[in-house]
Amino acid sequence: MSDHRMAIAVILVMGIATFATRIVPVLLFGRGSKVPDYVMYLGKVVPYTAMGLLIVYCLKDVQIMAAPHALPEIVAMAVVVLSYLWKRNSILSVVIGTVLYMLMVQNM
Amino acid sequence: MMTAGDGSHCHKRDWMRKGIDKRTLSAAFTTSLPIMVTFVVLGIGYGLLLEKHGFGPLWALASGIIIFSGTVQFVSVGFLSGGPVLMAGITALMVAARHFFFSISMIGRYRNEGKRKWYLYYALCDETYAMLSRDDIPEDIDLSMYRLLVTLFDQSAWVIGSVLGGVLGGMLTFNSQGIDFAMTALFTTVYVQQWIDSKCHIPAVLGVAATLGCRLVFGRDYFLIPAMVIIIVVLTIMRSRIEPQFGEAADVHQAGGDEAAVMPDGDVRIEAAATIQGLQTYEYEPAAVKDVPDDKTATSPSRRGGGGDE
Repeated sequence: MSDHRMAIAVILVMGIATFATRIVPVLLFGRGSKVPDYVMYLGKVVPYTAMGLLIVYCLKDVQIMAAPHALPEIVAMAVVVLSYLWKRNSILSVVIGTVLYMLMVQNM
Repeated sequence: MMTAGDGSHCHKRDWMRKGIDKRTLSAAFTTSLPIMVTFVVLGIGYGLLLEKHGFGPLWALASGIIIFSGTVQFVSVGFLSGGPVLMAGITALMVAARHFFFSISMIGRYRNEGKRKWYLYYALCDETYAMLSRDDIPEDIDLSMYRLLVTLFDQSAWVIGSVLGGVLGGMLTFNSQGIDFAMTALFTTVYVQQWIDSKCHIPAVLGVAATLGCRLVFGRDYFLIPAMVIIIVVLTIMRSRIEPQFGEAADVHQAGGDEAAVMPDGDVRIEAAATIQGLQTYEYEPAAVKDVPDDKTATSPSRRGGGGDE
């Protein structure tokens, strides 16, 4: 464990940012002023882009050119997507995909 | 139905005198139960992941109290040891942006909650929002206390689960290499559900394409911010094309399977429902809220326990 001050700072800053998304709208519009359309629009669609961004972020260290050529990631992702389409149960898909992925990376 | 919560201060003193009545307590518990079960399970996963990164149960506790957003907390794991702090903050803002709608749509309902509303807003996650913005809230209960309890039960379950996961992680010794994939998998399921729920896939494709492009161009340490900038710019330029397709998410919503499990803030079906409710509730007076048609309740996660498709 390296520097805990970094971890504390990260949690605080992310906590403040999260709280801001919950309380700023109330402070701004709680008295009945109209929410600008552009703000409404962004709030509506940004979350749909954020999930794709997060997936790529999670996979940022994958080396496509090197040894397994992202094979474990591709296989596990495919299993997650297909099992989810089949059962629509995210806990199930997460568990299956993660166990499969761990087995693959630990035995390669 | 709104009468119980409308007394603000005088009501608060009432509560201090009378305590929590059983009917309210049991109504709140019944409402929260399915959410609590899901939160404990996902919380364990989060606590375990955190522990395997070197941050034990106390970190899970602190994070669950300070951040309390499943998605943000899962993402935070990667930032904890290396930062950078600014990036962490911006990422949190982006990921949590949907809360905007939850809060907006609760303004009318929480208007008379007095000081209690600070807690209610702070802990307003997807699931709590879905439950408390419904219009079939039990009658004859202390509405204000009911809201407080549901919010508190949900958050407690998440925090307890994640602390439990941290403890478990410390006791179990296993090769945890690859466990990070849980995060990727979780976001992937949400992504798929969003895809199913929306008619317009431009935002979903944009999120992946812009981020992937920036990862390739800017390298692994500097790609998030340019990706976010590109996303906002493209969304702004293409607004006239995208927005009409996100206006009436309601019908899209009813069709979707409802049983996906979620975490605080991970659930996007609810978020899209929130969009609609946000718009509607904001325009209506609180008194008119109960007149909102029933179809929104169809998007609540109460049926998520069920296994079969409808």
